[in-house]
This record gives sequence, structure tokens and C-alpha cells, in this order.
Amino acid sequence: MTKKSKKKTWDLVPAPESTSHVNIQSEYGLFINGKFQKSKKGKMYDTINPANEKKIAKITEATKADVDTAVLAAKKAYDNVWSKMTGAERGKYIYRIARILQERAREFAVIESMDGGKPIRESRDIDIPLAANHFFYYAGWADKLDYAFPNQKIKPHGVAGQITPWNFPLLMAAWKIAPALATGNTIVLKPAETTSLTTLLLAEVIQEAGLPPGVVNIVTGHGPVGAHIVNHAKVNKIAFTGSTGVGKYIHNALAGTDKSMTLELGGKGANIIFEDAAIDQAVEGIVNGIFFNQGHVCCAGSRLFVQESIQKEVLKKLKHRISTLIVGDPLDKNTDIGAINSNKQLKVIKDYVKIGQKEGADMYVGEQVLPKKGFWCAPTLFTNVSQSHIISKEEIFGPVLAIQSFRTVAEVIKKANNTPYGLSAGIWTDKGSKLFNMSSQLKAGVIWGNTFNKFDPGSPFGGYKESGFGREGGMHGLADYIKT
Amino acid sequence: MKKKSVIDSSNSPKVDQVGIVERAARFTKRSIKKEAKMQGLKMVLNMIDLTTLEGMDTEGKVKQMCYKAEHLHDELPGLPTVAAVCVYPNYVGLAKKYLGTSGIKVASVATAFPSGNSSRAIKLRDVKMAVDQGADEIDMVISRGKFHQGEYQFVFDEIAAVKEACKNARLKVILETGELGTFDKVRHASDIAILAGADFIKTSTGKIKPAATMPVTLVMLEAIRDHYYQTGNMVGMKPAGGISTSKLALHYLIMVKETLGEEWLSNEWFRFGASSLANDVLMQIVKQETGIYQSSDYFSID
Repeated sequence: MTKKSKKKTWDLVPAPESTSHVNIQSEYGLFINGKFQKSKKGKMYDTINPANEKKIAKITEATKADVDTAVLAAKKAYDNVWSKMTGAERGKYIYRIARILQERAREFAVIESMDGGKPIRESRDIDIPLAANHFFYYAGWADKLDYAFPNQKIKPHGVAGQITPWNFPLLMAAWKIAPALATGNTIVLKPAETTSLTTLLLAEVIQEAGLPPGVVNIVTGHGPVGAHIVNHAKVNKIAFTGSTGVGKYIHNALAGTDKSMTLELGGKGANIIFEDAAIDQAVEGIVNGIFFNQGHVCCAGSRLFVQESIQKEVLKKLKHRISTLIVGDPLDKNTDIGAINSNKQLKVIKDYVKIGQKEGADMYVGEQVLPKKGFWCAPTLFTNVSQSHIISKEEIFGPVLAIQSFRTVAEVIKKANNTPYGLSAGIWTDKGSKLFNMSSQLKAGVIWGNTFNKFDPGSPFGGYKESGFGREGGMHGLADYIKT
Repeated sequence: MKKKSVIDSSNSPKVDQVGIVERAARFTKRSIKKEAKMQGLKMVLNMIDLTTLEGMDTEGKVKQMCYKAEHLHDELPGLPTVAAVCVYPNYVGLAKKYLGTSGIKVASVATAFPSGNSSRAIKLRDVKMAVDQGADEIDMVISRGKFHQGEYQFVFDEIAAVKEACKNARLKVILETGELGTFDKVRHASDIAILAGADFIKTSTGKIKPAATMPVTLVMLEAIRDHYYQTGNMVGMKPAGGISTSKLALHYLIMVKETLGEEWLSNEWFRFGASSLANDVLMQIVKQETGIYQSSDYFSID
């Protein structure tokens, strides 16, 4: 509020989550054919904690030969074991993964926050439980595929090559592994190079669950490792989540092959607030839309459209809400916004902030004091923005919001759709008819009504246009892992 | 067409049920430890309206409660007192006498508490009786029947009349949110009460379940905030009933801090209507001081 208090303030003291129960190896090999093994020629690199730049562990940079070994292991497991198993049997293994994940949830949450910088509140309450839920959900489908695809003869693709991003490392691995296993595919998965730890931990879970060797293989490393998977002749299906740039490369590489693909790419989601919305809850939705996971969310509500009649009120309330957000140690239970995932991404964000200033938009930056070490970005708003501003065209992938005003329903639909992306949108109104009218006209794969960034294993997720194709989650998520 | 008045429901902002419940839950994720916890617990103690509102209230009971209000736990020096005691009008004089110059306020329920089903004249006499005996604060109930009938002007006028009868006493307006049905109606009733001159808005009588909840309190805090934004005037908040643990009380304070700001974190602007909360807070304070939880038998029940 605006009045300044003369009293002593009531401030929270640090409440860090304990790390004593966490067991991280000093180095990790590749998980191939059911065993962790060293690369024959590959080098090791450090994975660091973005909140303090300290090294956590050494990770293996897989070579082309390693990828080849992994793909062959997956092929063998597919031919000899997994494709011959009944759905009910496969389901048992997936249920087992889900249960072990739940049992080790605290450990996974802490490591996810250490490796990626996200607040423990999110990894504990969202990433990890949701990942377990995806395994539970698809475990249930494994023996019911005939009901998902009645009167069709369906077959798995065979070996699925999967590449996951750094923003939700374990969750994205779960999104990809669970439906692939349920439908009877075997897997070679590459996690993002900055955040491989929880995926490697998942490999431990897969071992513990007793999956037949070779059904799931994890190869770590940078971009070229992904390229080796994409270009491998014995890989039958590619599922990729990441940038639109890499997505285009994959699309090109697979042209002319019979490999099937699912691409989940970038976004510039429109979050639309009408004057008849419940304003205070809409403000909360704006915050969840752009500051969740430091804005490292492909479906983030990064373009805010506010009806001009309520713009002043919304901005005032939004700034007040931002003043209550706590930025800092990801392991502190009170942290709302953690560390930026990597120095590289921080540079990208900072560049866009500079562009926004240069374009003449009004900038507002949260007054949070940022830690000295590590990669940090305070919550940032740009107002007086138009569709022509670069900051409202391109994906920033950080806690930076571009705010535009609008006047009519028709205008905002046009502007919301005026983007090469089409992943998500949010609509805030008290009027149900307006919500349904809008949702039928917005070109976005996911549209939230009076909420934002809600995920459920039963609900399909995916994009329009340059945000990709194919769906993950729900019954639709099965379809992308089978041939009919 | 009916003429629209300022207190028409269409003038009150809408509340999204799912959103408000989620936001309220988010406050409970805050972890309050060490010094922050101690400071918070002492604030909670100092914001309690120690309450007895029973048909079997007696002089003895009221005296005992007044003594407790002033001597929460004498084994531990330096503790604050509660903010007020809250009694029926016929015990106001007695409570005033016992609390003397302690600084503890005497609040009295009035206006045919808890149902509010009586005539305006009787309600105002009820208020006058409490005020004449020296009540510092009046906790009135709104006419929920009239509110549900859509007679908002009646509800507004009644609050305004009671406010006038309060003279210098501060007026807390009980909405009895457990009888209002939706968050939209809670918001609307909050706006009416604030516009009619409430010094505090209060959730419940304690006689109806559900009493205070975090989401319902948040709706009311948002009404207070909007009023503050529009006029610069502060209004107080009192959740009552159902808050019996320190942890929950601390989360309420977090909610007040993050919704309204630190200016509201004093008993001038925030109260807990509770009877069993004080002992739980005392137990926690002793635990913070000594590191050991004591048995509840070490904390007096009055």
C-alpha cells in the first residue's frame, strides 16, 4: 500500500528446505540397457546450481557411438521384450515408477530446485506430484488401449527418441516417457544439458522398478546428442519439447523419412482481462501466468491484454502484488520466484529488456533485492506496448510481461491471434457466454478460463502454428505414440 | 426500472470462487519461523478479542475472563494483553469495572445478537445500553433476512443508524458470512457495511458454521483494500470463530500483510474473535522461549 509505516516491520526469516536427505553422486554416466555406464570417448561437464553457481555433479557428454548403443539397446528391448508384453504387464511397471516417484518426492523436489533454480514450493507442489500423476494416468491406459482406439488395429512405433527442455525437467520426461511406455514403445531420451539430474535420478527409479533393460535409455549432453537421436535410422518417432528454432531443424531433418514426430515449441500466450472479470483473481492469474517458474514456461501468459477501462486499477493491483513476491533462494519455502535457469538464458532475457526500453515501452521492475551470486531477474512489466513491439512478438522466456490495452472483443481476438505462435491463452470474465465465444475463436492449443497455468494428466496439451503439433497428455497423448 | 443506488449489488466487484480459494491457500504455504514467528505470535495475542457469548454467562464467568485478559500467563513476563473482551450488553458495566485502566477494550455485541431479528428501535436501544455502560466497541449483526430479500437500502440504513448510536464507540459490523451463501454476496455485504460507516467488518457471530475461513476473510480484505484505494480511509477486519490454532492465526496475519500491508498489523485494524486461540498461542510462545512444549494444563482456562 502507499502509506509508509513507521512501525517495526514484520519480515519473514529464511526457511530453507533441508538437503540432508538428498543423495547426489559426484558424477553420472549414461543410462543404457538398464545400467549406468561410462561413455567410451565422451567428456564430462559440470552441472551447476544457478542460484549460487556452485558445481553439483559431473554429467557425461554422450557421443554418436553412445547414442548408437542406446538406440540399439532400445531396439533390442522393443523386439525381444516390450512389444511382446501385454498391456497389463507394461502397466504394472509404469505404476511402479509412479509409486517410487511419490515415495522419493521430497528428494526429487530438492534436486529439481538445486539443478534448475525453481522455487521449492513449485517443485514440491507441482513438478514432482504432477510427474508422478502422469505415470499413474498412463499406467491406467496401458491395458485399455482398445477402448481408446476402438475397432482399430494399433501398433507402437518402436523406438521413440525424446528430447526434453530445461524448464520442467522431470515433468517433461514424465510427459514423454509415460505415454510411450503405455503404448509399448521403447525409449532413448536426452534431457536438457543444464538440468539432467532429476532425469538421471528417474533412471535410478526405472532401475528400481525393474523395467527390462533397454526399455528406457537416458543419454545426456548438448545439442549434438539430440541431433544424433533425431538422425538415427533406427529411431521411429521423435518427440521434442523446446525452442521453435530447434523444432524447425528437426522438422527439416525428418522431412522425407517415415519417422513420426511431435513438437512442442515456443509460445507468446495472450492473457486477456475483461472489465467484467473478478479483478483481484485476474491479477493473481497474471502473476501465475508470467512469474510461475521465472517465466520459463512455453505456455506463459507473456502478452497481457487489459481492457482499457480497467487498466489503471489492474496495474495498480498488479504492482502491489509484485511487491509481495519473494525472489531468492530456490530452496527457501517462502520463495516465489527463483533463479534464472542459466547464465545463457539470463543474457537472452536481459537483451529483451534492453530492446523493450529501446522501443520506448514503460518499464516497471519489482523492488526486490537480488542475490549477488547466481542468475537473477526481478519481475518486470512493460506497459504502453503495442503488437508492433519486439517484446510483444518474440518469446522472452523470463519474468517479463508485455502489457497492451484493448477496447472490444473483436479487437482482442484479432490481436491475440496475431502471432506465429499458438500455444496458450487465458480469458478472464464473469460472463460465461463471452468465455465460450472467445475460446472458440482463439487459435491456441490450451485456453484457460478464469485461471492460468493449470495442468492435469487427463488434459491434452500442445500447440497451433509455430508452437508445434501433436498433443501430450490425455487420451490424445496416446495417439502420438501409435500407428493405426 | 428500479433506480440503482450505490449499494446495488451490480456495483460490487465480482469474486471468482476458485481463484479466491486458491489465493487463500497460497498464504498457508508461507513458512514462519524463529524471530518472525515470535513477533507474529505476540501480535496475535495482542489482537485477540477474548469472547464469552453464552446463554449461561454469569458475573463470575465475566470476571474470570477479564482477569485472564490482563494476566494471560504471568509465569512469562513481558507478554502483551489481549485487545479486548467481548461480552453481551448486560455485562459491559462489569467488564469495564474489572478492566479499569488496563487499556483492554470492552466490546459488546448488540442489535439482537446473534440473529438480528428484531425492530430497529429495540436494536438501537440494545446499542445504547451497551454504549451508556461504557462499551468501547459495538459488534452489531446485519439483517441477513433483509439482505437476502434484496432490501440493501434497509441494511445500509440500519448500519448507519447503529453507527450513529455508537457515538464514540467503534462499530464492528458482523456479516455472518456463513448465512450469505456466496463470495459475491459476502463482497456485496462488505461494501454496504463499509459505505454505511463500519469501523471494522467482521465475519461471524460464532454461532453459525462455517464461521471465519481464510477465503471469506480474503474477500472482505479485498473490499477493504478497494475502499482504501478509492478513499484513502482504512477499515478494520475481524475474522471470528473457527480460528483456534497459532499456525492458522499466523497465516491470517500473512494474508493481511500481503493483501493490505503492514499498517493493518495492529489491534487498531485487525482482530481475532476467539476464545481458545489465546492458550494455543501462549503454548507456542513458551515453546519458542524454552524449546519445550508444555502440557495444556499449564495454561489457565477462564
